Amino acid sequence: MTLKNKDLEQIAYLARININKKSFPSLKKELESILELVAKMDSVNTESVVPMSHPLDISQPLRKDEVTEKDDRKNLQKNAPLKKAGLFMVPKVIDEDA
Amino acid sequence: MEEFYKLSIKEKLKGLTESTFSSLELTESYLQRIKKVDKKINSFITVLEDKAIESARESDKRYKEGSALPLDGIPIAHKDIFCTEGVLTTCGSKMLSNFVSPYSSTVVENFSANGSVVLGKTNMDEFAMGSSNETSYFGAVNNPWRGNYVPGGSSGGSAACVSAGLAAGATATDTGGSIRQPAALCGLTGIKPTYGRVSRYGMIAFASSLDQGGVLTKSAEDAAYMLKAMSGHDPKDSTSLNVDVPDFVEEITEDIKGLKIGLPKQFFSMDLPDYVEKSINESIKTFEKLGVQVEDVDLPHIDLSLPIYYVIAPAECSANLSRYDGVKFGYRCEDPKDLDDLYMRTREEGFGAEVKRRILIGTYALSAGYYDAYYLKAQKCRRLVADDFSNAFKSVDFILSPTAPDTAFP
Repeated sequence: MTLKNKDLEQIAYLARININKKSFPSLKKELESILELVAKMDSVNTESVVPMSHPLDISQPLRKDEVTEKDDRKNLQKNAPLKKAGLFMVPKVIDEDA
Repeated sequence: MEEFYKLSIKEKLKGLTESTFSSLELTESYLQRIKKVDKKINSFITVLEDKAIESARESDKRYKEGSALPLDGIPIAHKDIFCTEGVLTTCGSKMLSNFVSPYSSTVVENFSANGSVVLGKTNMDEFAMGSSNETSYFGAVNNPWRGNYVPGGSSGGSAACVSAGLAAGATATDTGGSIRQPAALCGLTGIKPTYGRVSRYGMIAFASSLDQGGVLTKSAEDAAYMLKAMSGHDPKDSTSLNVDVPDFVEEITEDIKGLKIGLPKQFFSMDLPDYVEKSINESIKTFEKLGVQVEDVDLPHIDLSLPIYYVIAPAECSANLSRYDGVKFGYRCEDPKDLDDLYMRTREEGFGAEVKRRILIGTYALSAGYYDAYYLKAQKCRRLVADDFSNAFKSVDFILSPTAPDTAFP
C-alpha cells in the first residue's frame, strides 16, 4: 500500500488538519505501515459474515419527547474562545459582494 | 498516621466508621504524600486540595451523624477524561488545556453520591491514545517502581498514582487495553468492565464502540468497592446496560471451586519472556489449588484483533474528535484568515502527533471508496473474533492470559 502526496493532502483536508509538507515523507511511512498491518484482515474470507457494528445487541431506548434540560447557555458558553451576544464567533463566511 | 496509604479500602472504611481516624486526617495524609512524591512521578494534572479537604469535612460530619455513605471519606482520583464540573478537564491534550467542564460525568457524580473524596485528576495519554503515557501534553508519567520506566497507558497517571499510594483507587478508561496494560505494568488490579456496565456520559469519547470506564486499585477487593460505586444504568447514556449491578464486594469472597478457566493456546504459544511465563504459570497453579479446572481454548481469529483495532479505533476517533474545531470550547489558533484556516490550524496546533496520525488513518479508512475495504471489513472480522470468545465461553467460565507480553519498559 503506497500513498501519494496528493492522497495525503486530501486526507489532511478531509480531517481539517493542516500538515507541514516537510513531515509528509515520515508521516507517509507511518500511515503506510499501519495500512500494511491492517491488510492482514484480507487473509480471511468474510463474504457471509454479518458486520458487528456494536458490542451490545440492544435496541436504542426511546424516551418521551419532553424538554428535560433548562436553558444553560451562559454556563455552556463559558469555554467559548470567542463569543458575542450569546453567539459563537467565527471568521466571516459570506462575501459582502456576493 | 503516616502510613494510611497502606490500608485497604475496607480497612479505611472500618477506621472511619470506628472513628480511629477521620477522613480529614486520611485526606491530608494523601495530599501531603502527593506533594512529597508526585514531583518525581507526574501522575496528577490537577490536585484539588481545597475541594478535597472540604468534602473530607462533609464526610466526617456524616460519620458523626450516622449517615455515612458506602465509600464515605475515601480519597480517590479521577482520570482526566471524566468531566468534572468547575474543574479543569484536559484529556491530556493542549486542545482542552483550558477547558473547565460545565458539567460532571455520571461516573464523577456516582462517586460523590457515594461520599468519596476526590484528590485530583490524573495524567493520561492524549485523548487516551497511547500505551506508555508519553503522549500527554502535560508530560510523561514515571513508573513508581522504577523511575524513567513507563507506567503503561493510556491510564498511566491513574495507575502510577494508585501504585505510589497517592490515592486509594482511581478511575480509568479502556479502549484497547488502557486499564489492563498499565495495571500490569504497575503491579495493580485493573478492571475493564463489560461494555455498558459503566456510564460513559461525560467521559470524553475516543472510539465509542470500544470505550469503557473502569478502575485501577491495589487489590481485587478494592476494585470491587470502587466498581460497585461507579456501575449502574444511566438514562443519559443510551449504550448503558439496564441490568442489576451485582454486589461485587459480597461476591468476591465466594468459593470458585468447580469453575473452569480457559487458556487460549494462541496467547501461550507466543514468545513470552521467562519471567512472564513463570508468573502466569504460578497463578494457574494457585487457581488449581483453589479447585478450579483448567483447559485449553481456541481463539483462531485472535491475531486479527490488532489490525481490526487499528481500523475501528482510528475511524471512530476521527469522527469523535471532529468536534474540536476552535469554535465552541478548547484551543483556538491565533488570527484565522477564514473558516478552513481556523479549523485546520486549530487542529494542527491543538493535537499532538499520535492523535493526528490516528485521525488521519481513520479519515482515510472512512473516506469514499475505502469504507468497505477497511471499516466494513473490520466490523466483519470483529464478528469472527467475538464468535471465537462466545464459543470458548460455552466450555469455560473465565479466560486467563498474560495481560501484556512484557513488563514495564524504559
